[in-house]
Order: sequence, then structure tokens, then C-alpha cells
Amino acid sequence: MTYDDLPVDPDVDSGGGRASRPLHLRAPYAGLVFIGGALGTAAREGLSLAWPDSGFPATIFAVNVTGAFALGLLLELLVRHGPDAGRRRVARLLLGTGFLGGYTTYSTFAVGATQLMRHADAGTGWLYAVATVLVGAIATTAGIVTGAMVHRRTAP
Amino acid sequence: MSLPVFLALIVGGGVGAVLRFVVDGAVRARWPTGFPIGTAMINVSGSFVLGLLTGLGASGAMSHDWVLIVGTGAMGGYTTFSTASIETVRLAQERRYGLAVINGVVVMVLALAAAWAGLTLGQ
Repeated sequence: MTYDDLPVDPDVDSGGGRASRPLHLRAPYAGLVFIGGALGTAAREGLSLAWPDSGFPATIFAVNVTGAFALGLLLELLVRHGPDAGRRRVARLLLGTGFLGGYTTYSTFAVGATQLMRHADAGTGWLYAVATVLVGAIATTAGIVTGAMVHRRTAP
Repeated sequence: MSLPVFLALIVGGGVGAVLRFVVDGAVRARWPTGFPIGTAMINVSGSFVLGLLTGLGASGAMSHDWVLIVGTGAMGGYTTFSTASIETVRLAQERRYGLAVINGVVVMVLALAAAWAGLTLGQ
């Protein structure tokens, strides 16, 4: 599996004219990231309120692992459908950078693991930290593989 | 949590996500390397700030609502786990295993240290 068809820097548009302005400095794209980020944050906080963590932060763990799977799936489907432009770019910024970026969190994970180490026991804190990174990487890989399979099945 | 605080929290999440988008783009433009240094910097700095806010909240120097809005909302939206994870997997796919371990494990340890420092400083 290669990413040769990915642009070297997906945030710098190689298109002409107005598009020479870097992606991250263009207001409509920032607007998509804002909307997606707000909705992703609402989903994360909604789940945290529905299943408050006591002891092991299982809800944030599940949020990060499912978000990692979904981002692997999304980006694999997008990259297999064509270059990062038009509707594919809107989907990447709204759903990927925005929604899944806001849904998953590194800071709550890091502070949660640190608090377990400080107040509960160091072993549980390290277990949470290592499990998040390891299971997250497995989930991301599973998302990429699923995206490749779905594309193969639906491709003309 | 009251509805206004919840709404402010999700607006904070949107603002944090835009901040991540801008910082990552600026870092990529300035240091175009194969290593995803932008996401690493974002996650470590955001972990420090959330630790600091959580510490300030625990010591009573900051109200719980503001910790939720700026911490859970803005810092939660600013930092991201999914992008960090896919960047680690991509490094591994490119057989750059050393860099993959640095991005997955070393950045995690740095984020934990940053969160610890923030919590200590805030309390």
C-alpha cells in the first residue's frame, strides 16, 4: 500500500491563481474545520456525559480508538477516489481535520493518564497510555484496510 | 453542565480545531520534513495547557465552567489523537520504523510529562 498519489504537502495547494494562498490561511476551509471541530467536540462531550469515567477512562479510550479507525477509513477512501480537491477536500477538512480531530483528543488522554499515575497507581496510568497508542494504531490500520476493501468492492 | 456552558464548550472545540489547522499548516510550510512535527507540537503543548487548567481548577483558582470551556472544549479540539495515530501508521508503512516509534511512544511520553508539569504548576 503506497501513498505516492498523496500530495507532498496536502495543506499547500499547487493550483493556480487565488489558490496559491496556503490552505490553512483560507477562510472557507477554516470555516469547514470550525464546524466539524465543534460537532466532533459535541459528540465527544456528549459521550463523556452519558458515560462518565470513574477510574479507568474507558469513554475517552473508546472515543480515541473509534476516531482513529474512522480517520483511517475516511482518508483511505478519499485518497483512493482521487486527488485532494473539490468535494473530497471539503470532506477531508469537515469530517477528518474538523469532526474526527475535534472528536478525538490527545490532551484529555494525557491528563487522564497523568492523573491516574499521580492519584491511583502508576501501573494503571501506563496501561491506559500504552493501550491507547497501541490499540489506536491497530484501529487506524484496520480503518485503512477496511477503506481499501470497500473501495475494491465498490470500484467500477 | 448548563446549556450555555455546553454550547460555549463546543464553540471552544471549533476554535481549537481551527487553531490546530493553522498551526499545523504553518509548521509544515516552515519545516517541510517527513516527520509530523506539527501534530506532535500541538499535542504536547495542548496537554500542558489542559494540565495547567485542570490544576488551576482543582486549586480553585479557575471556575469549573472555564476549565470545561477552555480545557475540555478548546484544548480537546486543538489536540487530536486520530491524526497522530494515522501519522504513526504511515511512517510504519513507509518502513521508517524508528520515526514511527518516536511519533507514537516518545511524543506520548513528552505529552505525559507536559501534562504532569502543567498539573503541578497549576496546583
